[in-house]
Amino acid sequence: MKKLIGIFGFMLFLVFLILEATDRERWGDNLFNNGQRIGLAGILCIGAGLLIITGGVDLSIGSVVGLCAVIFCWLILDLPVLAQKHLGMDIYVPVPLAILGVLLSGIVIGIVNGVMVTYLRVQPFVVTLCGLFIYRGLARSLRGDNVPAIREHVEDLSSFFKGDFLAVPTYIWLLLVLASLVTVFLHMTKYGRYFFAIGSNERAARFSGINVDLYKILAYVFCSLFAAIYAVMYVIHYNTVQPSNTGNFLELYAIAGAVLGGCSLRGGEGTTVGMLIGASILVMLPTLANMWGVRDTLEPTIIGGALLACAVLDEFLRSRSKT
Amino acid sequence: MLQQIDVRMPPLLTATGICKAFPGVRALENVRLQIESGEILAVVGENGAGKSTLMKILAGVYTPDAGVIELDGRPVAIRSVKDAGRLGVTLIHQELNLAGHLDIAGNIFLGREPTWGGPLRLLDRGFMDDAASAIMRRLGLLASPRRLVQDLSIGQQQLVEIARALSLKSRLLILDEPTSSLTDSETTLLFTVLSELKADGISILYISHRLKEVESIADRVTVLRDGRNAGELQRHEINHNGIVQLMVGREVKQFYQRSRGDGARQAAVISVRGLRWEKSQRGIDLDIAPGEIVSLAGLMGAGRTELAETLFGIRKMAAGTVAIDGKLLRIRRPKDAINAGVFLVPEDRRVDGLILSDSVKHNTSLASLSLLSRFGIMQRSREETLASAMCERFNIRTPTTAQMVGNLSGGNQQKVVLAKWLSRTPRLLILDEPTRGIDVGAKSEIYALMDALAHSGAAILMISSDLEEILGMSDRVLVMHQGNLAGSIDREALSEEAIMHLATGGGAHL
Ligand SMILES: Nc1ncnc2c1ncn2[C@@H]1O[C@H](COP(=O)(O)OP(=O)(O)OP(=O)(O)O)[C@@H](O)[C@H]1O
Ligand SMILES: [Mg+2]
Repeated sequence: MKKLIGIFGFMLFLVFLILEATDRERWGDNLFNNGQRIGLAGILCIGAGLLIITGGVDLSIGSVVGLCAVIFCWLILDLPVLAQKHLGMDIYVPVPLAILGVLLSGIVIGIVNGVMVTYLRVQPFVVTLCGLFIYRGLARSLRGDNVPAIREHVEDLSSFFKGDFLAVPTYIWLLLVLASLVTVFLHMTKYGRYFFAIGSNERAARFSGINVDLYKILAYVFCSLFAAIYAVMYVIHYNTVQPSNTGNFLELYAIAGAVLGGCSLRGGEGTTVGMLIGASILVMLPTLANMWGVRDTLEPTIIGGALLACAVLDEFLRSRSKT
Repeated sequence: MLQQIDVRMPPLLTATGICKAFPGVRALENVRLQIESGEILAVVGENGAGKSTLMKILAGVYTPDAGVIELDGRPVAIRSVKDAGRLGVTLIHQELNLAGHLDIAGNIFLGREPTWGGPLRLLDRGFMDDAASAIMRRLGLLASPRRLVQDLSIGQQQLVEIARALSLKSRLLILDEPTSSLTDSETTLLFTVLSELKADGISILYISHRLKEVESIADRVTVLRDGRNAGELQRHEINHNGIVQLMVGREVKQFYQRSRGDGARQAAVISVRGLRWEKSQRGIDLDIAPGEIVSLAGLMGAGRTELAETLFGIRKMAAGTVAIDGKLLRIRRPKDAINAGVFLVPEDRRVDGLILSDSVKHNTSLASLSLLSRFGIMQRSREETLASAMCERFNIRTPTTAQMVGNLSGGNQQKVVLAKWLSRTPRLLILDEPTRGIDVGAKSEIYALMDALAHSGAAILMISSDLEEILGMSDRVLVMHQGNLAGSIDREALSEEAIMHLATGGGAHL
């Protein structure tokens, strides 16, 4: 709780500094812009956070984003062509159906990751590290390394999401809806309890009659599903995807956001509110640095430094409160 | 001028006015403790009385809020475990702190390895082995100093800890519930060692809930109650009732309570046929009738915990069948067992029983979440009601149900594990060392509870290394030896000798 208040204070401080460094008439624009990016980043942080709470970790998130984004384009652009050529059928894949297909792909990937970890007893780190390579390769080979453009298909959605509701970016609303669902799941249902129990002491969870394997798989499914949602939003926002690098390093950002927000990599700790705050800090910190004239290229260094400072501070406070 | 010399030696250690508070808990209030050189002082008290906290203060794990500690009559400041070590005070925790992958000598000299070769700092293995052997011989620990610690029994590991303390030239050895996971013969060996150390002038502070042990070994007993001194008994005053009287402030009547029904004539609650979890076993047959309390005796490693875990679905069955109330049951995971009413209170509370970093409330409810939720949504007020009720019923000492379980005293942690399962009604209750670390008063309450459960028709299978407890509570005793059932003894034929005979492989195998 104390930790949560601490990072919340830090986030407000960042907002203050950003506003301070901006001209008054550009406040709105600036906040809106950051809001959009937080809305996107938050999706990944929540997915990663859910998994981290159960004591798992997913290094394949970035590649899953890439693969799912490519699948999205493939479903809309290539599937009709292939059906025409091989089956002589004239089909058309409506966007909602394509989105459903992408989400299903995310779920399948999650199941694969989860089954490897639980039934085949491979370490999560290894399973998802391999996934990082495998899914990227699939993304690049599904329709070649070329860059598709699907502007005309998603134009309506694109303008809808780039807009606002009550002056708040639509992305933020989407994130809030997802976050509310996850909050209810995590903090109000028995399944949420199972997640925390498994992350804190897997053996005790098993001895309490919890089907540990099932819920661990579920956590991987959540993580990949949120990566798939992110992929859909990405394509809607940018109208394209680069199979070779869309999503690169996103797993690290997602994990960083969750950890900044108070999830412990040892498992059993974390809140949705914290994950949202973590995502916000992750977006705003580089923005601020940029405004202060720090070079773009230093962005990863800044994020890494913030995370490290956070971890050191946390350990310091923890050891002080011991005796 | 003739100087007046006080010929009486000052006591080795005197602690006065010790206070220590944790958030919401006053663990110690103005406590006084004194120990002479070469004395064995037992410290007893109910669960949560403050024994462990006091010991941790003497050993520099905690700093007291107030109070003075004097060593040889001079005040000393013990601010860290290192300070305590320098002053010759060593605490041996109940959970042993050894590096399992190092050998015995390596553990004894861990952190202060002797070296040679000047700046090269090469490990002086020869010296290490010799010195370790010398200390080990003194303790009757017959093993090579190169044996890995993880291959030793718990009793032997404890001796390694003591050896380490001796090599540190400790003058005061503190043992916090050292015998709670030892076998009887290991306990006897430990007592021989302690007597010899005492003869060498080493002082020993000894904490235990087994009052028989206290009676046999202590020179003096100090009793704590609710964080204060409740009294002291000299050697000739030490007896069971006297101790209990001071501990709980009243007499505990009727320790073992067993009112037997006529369950044995009814159809069995559980019948097991040809059960194996390893190929090498012969297969276990087992029936328990409603209202029957059956104990499972045997030496450590005889396979008792494995049997319990197999019946509960933690371990995979290799062969055999299990039927509950005549219906065949496929047990693939604990959930299957729980749904059939088979509950297991596991042996190792810190590893299997509890989430130490979570609250008393969440631990109590963890096995009953489905009953405390609707459409998956937790009903928190019902959960809180359950937790408070269980805290009351088991007399769990905690400021609130939101307290972290890891902050409770050892015995109170054990009560939380029991509460977790006894909030539901079992068909077959398997208890693996249920009273480990629990005080006399709470023990008798647990026995009463077992009796009541049996009376209402449940079957109980109790694993215990405490022969007295087995003799007091069982209708029938099954003895295991090397993974197989070695025999069954009815109440009429029950005796310590009969059990030990079978446990050590003396009987014809079934
Ligand atoms: N780190 C801690 N934080 C909060 N409370 C604590 C902590 N350590 C001990 N306590 C509380 O202090 C009291 C005394 O605990 P202590 O462990 O000394 O009892 P004990 O006499 O050793 O009991 P037991 O026989 O069960 O081991 C208990 O009420 C316990 O809950
Ligand atoms: Mg204790």
